[in-house]
Amino acid sequence: MSTNTLIVLPLLIPLLAAALCLASWRSVLAQRLISLVAVLGLLAAAVALVHGIWQDGIAVLHLGNWKAPYGIVLVADLLGAIMVLLAAITATAIALYSLGSLERAPEQFGYYPLMHLLIAGVCGAFLTGDIFNLYVWFEVMLVASFALLILGGERAQMEGAIKYVTLNLVSSALFLAAIGLLYGLTGTLNMADLAVKLADHQDNPMVEVVAGLFLVAFGIKAGVFPLFFWLPASYHTPRIAVSSLFAGLLTKVGVYALFRTFSLMFPLDEFVLRPVLLAMAGATMLVGVLGAAAQFEFRRILPFHIISQIGYMVMALALFTPLALIGGIFYIIHHIIVKSNLFLVAGLTYRLGGSYELKALGGLYKRAPWLAVVFLIPALSLSGLPPLSGFFGKFILIRAGVDAGSWVLVTVALIVGLLTLYSMTKIWAEVFWKPAPSEADPGVPPPGSLMILPVAMLCVLTVAIGIGAEPVYRLSERTAAQLLDPSGYINAVLGDQP
Amino acid sequence: MNTLLAICVGVLYSAAIYLILRRSIVKLVIGLVLLSNASNLLIFTASGLTREAPPLIPEGEPMPAIVADPLAQALILTAIVIGFGVLAFAVVLIRRAYEVVEADDMDQMKGTDT
Repeated sequence: MSTNTLIVLPLLIPLLAAALCLASWRSVLAQRLISLVAVLGLLAAAVALVHGIWQDGIAVLHLGNWKAPYGIVLVADLLGAIMVLLAAITATAIALYSLGSLERAPEQFGYYPLMHLLIAGVCGAFLTGDIFNLYVWFEVMLVASFALLILGGERAQMEGAIKYVTLNLVSSALFLAAIGLLYGLTGTLNMADLAVKLADHQDNPMVEVVAGLFLVAFGIKAGVFPLFFWLPASYHTPRIAVSSLFAGLLTKVGVYALFRTFSLMFPLDEFVLRPVLLAMAGATMLVGVLGAAAQFEFRRILPFHIISQIGYMVMALALFTPLALIGGIFYIIHHIIVKSNLFLVAGLTYRLGGSYELKALGGLYKRAPWLAVVFLIPALSLSGLPPLSGFFGKFILIRAGVDAGSWVLVTVALIVGLLTLYSMTKIWAEVFWKPAPSEADPGVPPPGSLMILPVAMLCVLTVAIGIGAEPVYRLSERTAAQLLDPSGYINAVLGDQP
Repeated sequence: MNTLLAICVGVLYSAAIYLILRRSIVKLVIGLVLLSNASNLLIFTASGLTREAPPLIPEGEPMPAIVADPLAQALILTAIVIGFGVLAFAVVLIRRAYEVVEADDMDQMKGTDT
């Protein structure tokens, strides 16, 4: 199978799995088996895809053999392929964790088909080369996430879901409006063709309006300041496996869309929106981490950290130097793995301590030293301590900031790193170090091995990225080079047109 | 015609935003409906209004000078279908939320905010 046809697998596998799971609605066992096979298949396909693109360059699939820019294309450059691989890794971990942790009710009411639909939406967004198709995949992902969010029907879930649904629909409407205006301006929807045509429209103020709409629409999805309010209101309400899946993937689709639009269609070099992005990056980092510092509930601390980490990625995009983009891609790779893992660790803590409130927890270091280790690896990596993955991501980014002379952003990034460490030590001191407030039985079953396995797997990956930082750096380097020189992408999609 | 539609889109957007900012969750959903329709109409207007021939050209004949652009309508059709599906979800969601919270008031739904 050539790399070009391989692109379709990350879409087909989850969609097929969702359909099969729906078909075997009555048999939870069959759904579990299908899910396990599907995520492993997805992982294999994603590895093959990254490998193929590393070897042969950008792969393009013209669906129905309609030539670009008339038909819809699927494009996998290194960024898209890496994101698909990360989605597959997260999906595998979450699927294992779900098998071990879910009660009967969500499994019987469509958890597995929804999970696969969500993954299909995420992979579709990473692989499409058509801006309207991107909107459609966004909606696939959103509808699946809506249903996953309220699976269980508790009051907090309903309240969180209303905010989540409203703000995400507003974002979709803005995205759609931007696509409409862009189509009116250029008469095309193919992203590579848009990049070519927009270069002729540089003096048109409409281009800036459209770019601004994209920035707000993707900014809401990515959760940047001041558009993130749906995120801390909803992420702590669903099942922990669902929270973890959202934390790893959903906001990163927004970040991916920002990277794609602002490198390909509206290159940021001289673009008016760049100072806005820089300011957003700094404010996102700072507000996110301060929000986390004020919280004393495990599941409410972590969403605020997602926001502050998104700030680092936006900073990488806003600096728009080769080194900054390398750092940004390294950071995304590190972040997705670490963040999903921290949510899973929160779930393990709940199973051992019976609560998510830091005040009610304690003494877990004595009771479960292994849990302390698997918490400490992602927590210290998130704060950026060497030799873990987060250190290298932050190091490259801050180095890029210093080179670009953005002293304010560099200072903010360093302070935020310190505050992240504060926040993590707060969890450490409350959950692990302090004596248990009561000796009572937590009243929940202890975690099974299927819950611990994915956490251990992600921990090993975190350490591996830290120790083997050089290969990951090379991968990020080549990805950043592709982003900075969109001509490769454009030529791959449009063929030998001028 | 363009001006008229532009005004129409503007009115729809402002009505949608006004309704979304209300405290009532029923008005919120109506606002979301208007918002997606405003975007659809915006695509329709922005992609150019044509009064000439429909884009159906018999085989072998040359293309007329001006034909309506079918792609914009295909986009709107897709967006309408997606919008309808999402709306169906939103209506069920507010019904369930109303049952759980027992109030049609966003101010009663601040439990998850801080």
